[in-house]
Amino acid sequence: MIEAIESALDFLPAGLVTLIIIVGKILVLVLPLMGAVAYLTLAERKVIGYMQVRIGPNRVGPRGLLQPIADAVKLMFKETIFPAKANRFLFISGPILTLAPALAAWAVVPFDDGLVISNIDASLLYILAMTSLGVYGVIIAGWASNSKYAFLGALRSAAQIVSYEIAMGFALVGVLVAAGSLNLGEIVEAQRGSLGIINWYMIPLLPLFIVYFIAGVAETNRAPFDVAEGESEIVAGFHVEYSSMTFSIFFLAEYANMILIALLTALLFLGGWLSPLHGVLPASLLEGEGVLALLLGDGIHWLLAKTSFFLFLFLWFRATFPRYRYDQIMRLGWKIFIPITIVWLLVAAAMVVWKIGPWFN
Amino acid sequence: MTAITNYFKSLILVELFRGLVLTGKYFFRKKITVQYPEEKTPMSPRFRGLHAQRRYPNGEERCIACKLCEAVCPALAITIDLEERDDGTRRTTRYDIDLTKCIFCGFCEESCPVDAIVETRHFEYHGENRDDLYMTKEKLLAVGDKMEKQIAADRAADAPFR
Repeated sequence: MIEAIESALDFLPAGLVTLIIIVGKILVLVLPLMGAVAYLTLAERKVIGYMQVRIGPNRVGPRGLLQPIADAVKLMFKETIFPAKANRFLFISGPILTLAPALAAWAVVPFDDGLVISNIDASLLYILAMTSLGVYGVIIAGWASNSKYAFLGALRSAAQIVSYEIAMGFALVGVLVAAGSLNLGEIVEAQRGSLGIINWYMIPLLPLFIVYFIAGVAETNRAPFDVAEGESEIVAGFHVEYSSMTFSIFFLAEYANMILIALLTALLFLGGWLSPLHGVLPASLLEGEGVLALLLGDGIHWLLAKTSFFLFLFLWFRATFPRYRYDQIMRLGWKIFIPITIVWLLVAAAMVVWKIGPWFN
Repeated sequence: MTAITNYFKSLILVELFRGLVLTGKYFFRKKITVQYPEEKTPMSPRFRGLHAQRRYPNGEERCIACKLCEAVCPALAITIDLEERDDGTRRTTRYDIDLTKCIFCGFCEESCPVDAIVETRHFEYHGENRDDLYMTKEKLLAVGDKMEKQIAADRAADAPFR
């Protein structure tokens, strides 16, 4: 399809065509992502409502389906208030620095075999780097607000994200050892096997899988690790002074990060776009051109289903668990997750060296 | 020994999974939300909503200006002036309830010897300025005239318990 667009635009200078195609790719990714973010907020309110025996928003549009649009319009028309003694430049760069890495990380995420904006070899490292950068936005926002609550929230968030980064990094190293590649597409393909679900890395790397997802919840500052917001202790944490669009950009970034973590968990541990029906149904049903083969075989729809499952887990956690105390968060990160990941790293390395089947033979 | 089992229990997150199972069950439970404007909860005959002044069947207002309600009102929301009519009866010339002060405790209704001031089931009203929420004698009587049937039925339903 890209070649067709290129040939249709060949009257333009070559550089311009490349630019148009890159911008087009970005739009094709970012616009559905923003839609997903908007409707994730609705899903969150609905799911939490259902778990509290309520029905959640249902007034705007049929069954409340236009609620996110109403929220967005409301936020856009509100006034952005700058605190009198805040540093304006930093105050505005805070939300930008939060959103930019959250979106930039998506550049290397593959959705299907070859369906990726930029297929780079070190995509896992790139993603780790980008998700870590998000903390700068939080720190700068907390610092620039010139408010003690925002400052406390920023400090909490900084220490927490740095701590969980380590456990997360080690969990990723486990995947790296198992797959022998830093490229996300190759990691997914390494999980292909005749046994379907059994071949996915969530079985041999189960502890790393759990640690990665929990660390991901902590990385995105979601409940039960949302001490950076901690509305009962420090009002709203780092974004207490923000209003209007600057405020909603923090939320866009948070939800984009949630979707990213859910997607990565699906890619790294649940075989991404691989169908779980390998080994259950005969291979002849899963390959070919028919509608049934498209539905049952590998494809982006499996990746989206797995991602939705993890997103539901995010919301389920928020409806279930009370917030961790700050020292408990630190204890969990440093004294439990890091030892578990290091031990299982050795186990994974041993499994690879001795070619333990059915994963590594 | 218990320390070791507890350690492993916390390591495999037993309690957290139990919590998840519980909220998971509630996810599928029937929702108890009452969708207010369309659905309403049942209401007691003792409901204390908007005030009303009642009349006797012959059209004479019940209030005898005894000022018991004014005296008992904890929020000092009631103001009463009175006169002696030509036929020797004692009647109000002014009977005001400031709804912005009223706490809807129902003491006025409780203290009234002639069941003149009552609180009705009507609670869905609003005022766009303070005057709208300042009930004069005329307004109270108008509410009473409009809702007399309901008011009488509620008093009759509650009478055996008084």
